[in-house]
Amino acid sequence: MSKDKNTSKEIVEKEYSTLNLGPTHPATHGIFQNVLKMDGEIIMDSESTVGYIHRAFEKLAERRPYYQITPITDRLNYCSSPINNMGWHMTVEKLLGIEIPKRVQYMRVIIMELARIADHVICNSVIGVDTGAMTGFLYIFQMRERIYDIYEELCGARLTTNIGRIGGLERDFTPKAWALLDQFLVDFPPALKEFENLLMRNRIFMDRTINCGPISAERALNYSFSGPNLRAAGVDYDVRVANPYCSYEEFDFIIPVGTQGDTYDRFMVRQGEMWESVKIIQQAIAKIKKEPAGIYHADVPEFFLPPKEEVYNNMEALIYHFKIVMGETEIPKGEVYHAVEGGNGEVGYYLISDGGRTPYRLHMRRPCFIYYQAYAEMIRGGLLSDAILTMSSMNVIAGELDA
Amino acid sequence: METQALLTAVEQKLKAQFPEGYVSSELIADYPTFIVKRDSILDVVKFLYNDVDTSFQYLTTLATIHYPDHTGQEFAVMYQLHDLRKNLRIRIKIFFSSSDTHVPSITSVFSAANWMERQEFDFFGIIFTGHPNLKRILNMDEMTYHPMRKEYALEDGTREDKDDKMFGR
Repeated sequence: MSKDKNTSKEIVEKEYSTLNLGPTHPATHGIFQNVLKMDGEIIMDSESTVGYIHRAFEKLAERRPYYQITPITDRLNYCSSPINNMGWHMTVEKLLGIEIPKRVQYMRVIIMELARIADHVICNSVIGVDTGAMTGFLYIFQMRERIYDIYEELCGARLTTNIGRIGGLERDFTPKAWALLDQFLVDFPPALKEFENLLMRNRIFMDRTINCGPISAERALNYSFSGPNLRAAGVDYDVRVANPYCSYEEFDFIIPVGTQGDTYDRFMVRQGEMWESVKIIQQAIAKIKKEPAGIYHADVPEFFLPPKEEVYNNMEALIYHFKIVMGETEIPKGEVYHAVEGGNGEVGYYLISDGGRTPYRLHMRRPCFIYYQAYAEMIRGGLLSDAILTMSSMNVIAGELDA
Repeated sequence: METQALLTAVEQKLKAQFPEGYVSSELIADYPTFIVKRDSILDVVKFLYNDVDTSFQYLTTLATIHYPDHTGQEFAVMYQLHDLRKNLRIRIKIFFSSSDTHVPSITSVFSAANWMERQEFDFFGIIFTGHPNLKRILNMDEMTYHPMRKEYALEDGTREDKDDKMFGR
């Protein structure tokens, strides 16, 4: 600093500071790093590093028989793992040409819509938490516990469910499962309404989330967004409607669509989708009542394990059991792609089979990995706290990001 | 549009626009699949993006497949495009040899291809020319090999503590 009044003013060069929103951070939901270049509190640029939870699923899948790949599909979007499981089963059934009975399809729809509700409950309540509103999160998570109870009754696991088998489900829904499901459908709508009353028209929440991390529909499409993030930007693309699978064309539901693609729109789209999921589950239960009871798998003894009692008494069952477990069944050669509407968008499986007991190549189209690229663009010019909120509203799940 | 009709429609357009680049087309499991030459892939993608009748402006995914036994055509990259307005899906494949793994990058058309191509570079070593930031994305930067290639075993070969005889592999 010069004391001489006649010196010319020094030119102050603007220096940007670097802030590391590190891999382990309480506000990022998962393990991914963002190195932010900040001008004060405004974000000028950011660089993302992902891959901290990369578990080499695509390589693993080349060494595992088809029924052993289901547990690794669980761990993609672990908040709604049944959807990934069902998507995988449907891909293999497409390859093998297996026709699934209607009742099983409706049961799968119920399971997938429960998973969607579970995923959106997490995302929306966590948007609340990131704005400072912890109460909604605590109360609505009790409903997610109920969904976990239903999964536990269906398959034994709560989070990474491995539900279903190629050709159907591993067991029929027990009476206790039906009772839990009916009780859930009675208790969830009032709880969701209570959650909505806390946040949806809350002045502070709206001021915080409107215009926070927006993206236009053109940029979203160029970044291959899908799922609620794309619908919040205004594009009504939903795989359940565009390429219906599992009898979704028989169900009556709307696709909630936003306008600006900001955090508030993403919150509202997920909220709307939860209400639609409840409607779909109610319709599925009504449809199941009209189907002949007791069917929970297709009649494909070459791919669906026979019941254990028969294996010890019946010769054909013994032979099929042996062939399936030892991998001696004939898998046709082929190349298929099947996509389902996951909690985050289009979860696709591209499967190439060369006739062996394991896939030749399995590529998983992970929606989270694809749309997270746009994060740098979405937070540019915003504040740091808006960046945190954008990340949580995009529902970035590290398992799906990295596979 | 029926998948067979879609196959013929796009086939005719590609044959007319790219007489040398177009190789063949096939309906694989009800999915129109087109094989084009590696050097023309960027032009093909741009053409299909801008075409008025069937504008494929959404990149669903891209993946690489390694066929070590097909000498001269060891690698294939497949692109899946989607026309959201008319709900049409197609697949485009290019085949090339492992001696020259350069592929034109399509990030200038689809921003989504940025990380998708980085993943293929990381896993298979495909070098996308024109990519703004071609580095490894999911594996660690110090890794010297490309793990999804068929010659690399599932497990880390440098480990000395696991004896295959005891682990029954």
